[in-house]
Formats: sequence, structure tokens, C-alpha cells
Amino acid sequence: MSTPRRKLVERASPFVLMAVIALLWELVCRVFEVSEFVFPAPSAIWARLVEFHTVIAAHAWRTFWVTMVGFALAIVVGVLLGFIIGSSRLAYTAMYPLMTAFNALPKAAFVPILVVWFGIGVGPAVLTAFLISFFPITVNIATGLATLEPELEDVLRVLGAKRWDVLTKIGLPRSMPYFFASLKVAITLAFVGTTVSEMMAANEGIGYMLVSAGASMQMALAFAGLLVVGVMAMLMYELFSFIEKHTTGWAHRGSQAG
Amino acid sequence: MAELAGAAAPFIDFRDVWLAYNDELLAQRQFAVEAIDLQVAQGEFIAIVGPSGCGKSTFMKLATGLKRPSRGSIVIDGREVDGPLKISGMAFQAPSLLPWRTTLDNVLLPLEIVEPYRSQFRSKRAEYAERARALLRQVGLGGYESKYPWQLSGGMQQRASICRALIHEPKMLLLDEPFGALDAFTREELWCTLRDLWQAQRFNVILVTHDLRESVFLADTVYVMSKSPGRFVVRRTIDLPRPRDLEITYTKHFTETVHELRGHIGAMRQPGAEVAP
Repeated sequence: MSTPRRKLVERASPFVLMAVIALLWELVCRVFEVSEFVFPAPSAIWARLVEFHTVIAAHAWRTFWVTMVGFALAIVVGVLLGFIIGSSRLAYTAMYPLMTAFNALPKAAFVPILVVWFGIGVGPAVLTAFLISFFPITVNIATGLATLEPELEDVLRVLGAKRWDVLTKIGLPRSMPYFFASLKVAITLAFVGTTVSEMMAANEGIGYMLVSAGASMQMALAFAGLLVVGVMAMLMYELFSFIEKHTTGWAHRGSQAG
Repeated sequence: MAELAGAAAPFIDFRDVWLAYNDELLAQRQFAVEAIDLQVAQGEFIAIVGPSGCGKSTFMKLATGLKRPSRGSIVIDGREVDGPLKISGMAFQAPSLLPWRTTLDNVLLPLEIVEPYRSQFRSKRAEYAERARALLRQVGLGGYESKYPWQLSGGMQQRASICRALIHEPKMLLLDEPFGALDAFTREELWCTLRDLWQAQRFNVILVTHDLRESVFLADTVYVMSKSPGRFVVRRTIDLPRPRDLEITYTKHFTETVHELRGHIGAMRQPGAEVAP
């Protein structure tokens, strides 16, 4: 296969796979005559998506901006914490066990507590998205800083560079690939956080819509909601991939270097 | 070394320097380097040779101020060394260029750190970039300024690394086996590059190497270091005329000098050997 052709195939492959899965799904539903109340076919989901598009769009927008607020918070806190943990061995030793323990807690369990504190609505959803997504960012920034090669550090230290110089000139740029890798993980988690919180305590958002649709046996609508969350997460993921490729290309040069 | 002591104050002055890496080793009297006495004149090119693990790199850490001696004193350029020196530039065996910076930006890095350049970096960036370009041209890297390190060959990376060590016009250049990882031809090319840079600017050079030909070709004075404990056992002045051409490495005198140094190292490798200073 020639190179441009291979590239085209590579680029088309996710769409082809999705189409194939949808087709198989449709086929299974038709052949076995599965009821729409149990397992709706893609065509039924699509029909609901078109039918309720204004309602779904409103809920999706709510979920989207709530997730983005929580995610922005996660970036700020995650980077700061990662910076502290990664630049001081003492902070690393002191904080890591605590962080791990915290990360093991199911974030859904926080929702009722957050509702008590902030009431039903935006507050718990933003905070759940934040709580679930800051950890990978922190860990990655900390790892990026803590694994700094001593040779690189020496280059600056013989010049009389301060700790801060070493961190900003070498530590942070070197952590950027780790940072972007963590954003891609964290954004998907943030959507999970928002949706879960909305399912338990909200009157708006895709999570709320999922629960209402389920309660009224509107399975196709529930699936349409899931589809929308999936698409939003995928788009954000691609966005960060794009930014990553254009800012930290040096870390992903692969075998083309030379 | 007595002939130097009487003359003008030496540029680099190590007086009975001992270093143990930590207090525990100090208590056990396990020194990485011992009784280092070294006087180097302004603008002199010295080379330190010795078997691997003999404390050459430790010596470098002392000379840059990254390590403080356990005993003795180090004076460089009239000042007692008590921390990293801003008047020195350093290059290592690994080029250790930053992969997210272009060659030009890598070379400019020290100017972002060292005063007085640091505070003027923004306003004088164009001037500094021109200086870096000139330096890169001098080592044969003209036209590669905007390439990234990973787009350069090993020899080119090492050239860029030497430019980075020299951009802030240090009075002292420290080279820790800078050509060790290169093939023989590239290495000889870089000897000439270094020779020309030194000839033009006359900074002090301390070259740590295990290549005897390299040390004899480049240095004014070669010191041979012994292994555990690391101490200087031979000081050999190289009286080959300058400027030196690669052809000189095929002369009898050159070969004899290398052979003589090789003899000292060979003798050291025999147990219980004692070498006169």
C-alpha cells in the first residue's frame, strides 16, 4: 500500500468501525425483533435524537459547560498540586499516599454530601467532575517533574541557576507531554463525573435526562443521551490531541527523526 | 608545578583538595579524590586523563562549584569557590540539548540564566541570536539554527552543546569526555573545532578524557589521575608547537608522548605500583 493511501485508510478507520458496529447492531435488532423498550436499534435511537433534538441539545449544553467548569478547576488544582508534589521530595512522600487513598473513593459517593453543602444543581455536578478528573493531571505533572534527568539539571546548575529556573526552563516544558496525555484521560473522566452527579441530583443535563427517560421507559431516548455524552467526550479528546500534536510534537517524533 | 607558583597568581588554584561524598565516607576516610594540587595559568588548556572511575568527574564537580571540598581550598579567578561559578561553561559526554528548543534556542539558554545577559535578554534578543548564529557558523552548524536537536547527528549535537557552553563567553570551559560517544573521524573533526575556538578566544579549558591522543593533541598540560584514591600522579607539559594540525598526531614526537603517558597509566594498573610525581 502506498503511504498516502495508508494514511487515508488510517484516518477513515474509526468511522468505518463505527459504521460497521451500527450496522451489526441494527441487523441484530431487526433479525431477532428485539423490542425498542429493551434494546433499541440505532435507527430508533437516531429517530429519537432527531425528534427531541432541541431538548437534547439544551441538556447537552448544560452538561457540556458544567463539565468544562469542573475540568478547568481540575486543570488549575491538578497542575498546582502536581507542581508541588513533583518539585519537592518531601511533599511527594507526604502527599502521595493520601492522594492515592482519595482517588480510590467512588466519586459518586460524594454527590449526596455535595448536595447537602451546595444544594441540587450546578454545584455538585461541577465539583464531581473536578474531583474525578484532577488526579491524573496531578500525577502526570508530578511524574514529569520528578523524572527530570540530572544531566539536564546540571547544565543549568553550573550556570548558577536557581531551583525556580530549573523548574521553569526544563521541568515544566518537559512535563508538557505528560500534561496533555493526562488531559485526554481527565476530560473523559470529567464527563463521567458530571453525568453521574446529574443522575443523582439535578433537574437539567444529560444525566437527568437519562434517568427521566429510563423512568418513562423511553429507552431510545436514554441511548441517544449516552450517544451525545460519548460524542462530546470524543470531540474534546480530539481537540486536546490536536493541541498536543501542535505544541509538543518533539515528544512524539517517533521514527521519522533524522 | 613550582615554576608556576612563583609567577603571576594562577587562574585555577587547587590547594590540597580532598573530597568525600558524604560524612559517613569522610569518617571512614574514603575519599573520591585526594590531595589534589593544581595550578593553572590564565588561558591554559589542561587535560586530565585516567582510567574510568578514577574521580575525573568528581574533579569536574569541584571545579564547577557543584561540590565543595571536604578539605583544602579552591580558588578560581581570584575567588574562593563556594558555589556554582557563573564564569564557567560545561559540556558533557551526552549533548543533553533540550528537545523542545531549536538549536539556536538551546545555545541561547545560558543567556536566559546568567547575569548580566539575563536581565537584558528580552531587549537584546536579536543581538544575542546573532552572536549564537556566529558561534554556530564557527563550528560548522550554519543553516541548522532552526533544526531541533533530534534532527541533528551526534557530532552536530555535540557541536551545539559546545556552543551552548561558550555563548556567555565563560572564562573557563569544562569538558567532561565530550567526544567519548562519537566515531573516530567525527571526534578528530571536533578536536579541530575546539582547537580553533580556543585559539581564537583563549579561555581556560579543563578537558577530562580517557583518550590519550586527544589530550596530547589539544592540551598544554596533561595530568594523569590514578584510580581509588583519585589523585594526580603525573604532570606532563606538552611542548608540541602551536597551532597544531592533525598531521602532528602522526609524528614520532607525538606518538612518543602518548606512549609515555600510556606507560604511566599502565604502571598504575599494576597492583602496588608507585609513581613519582
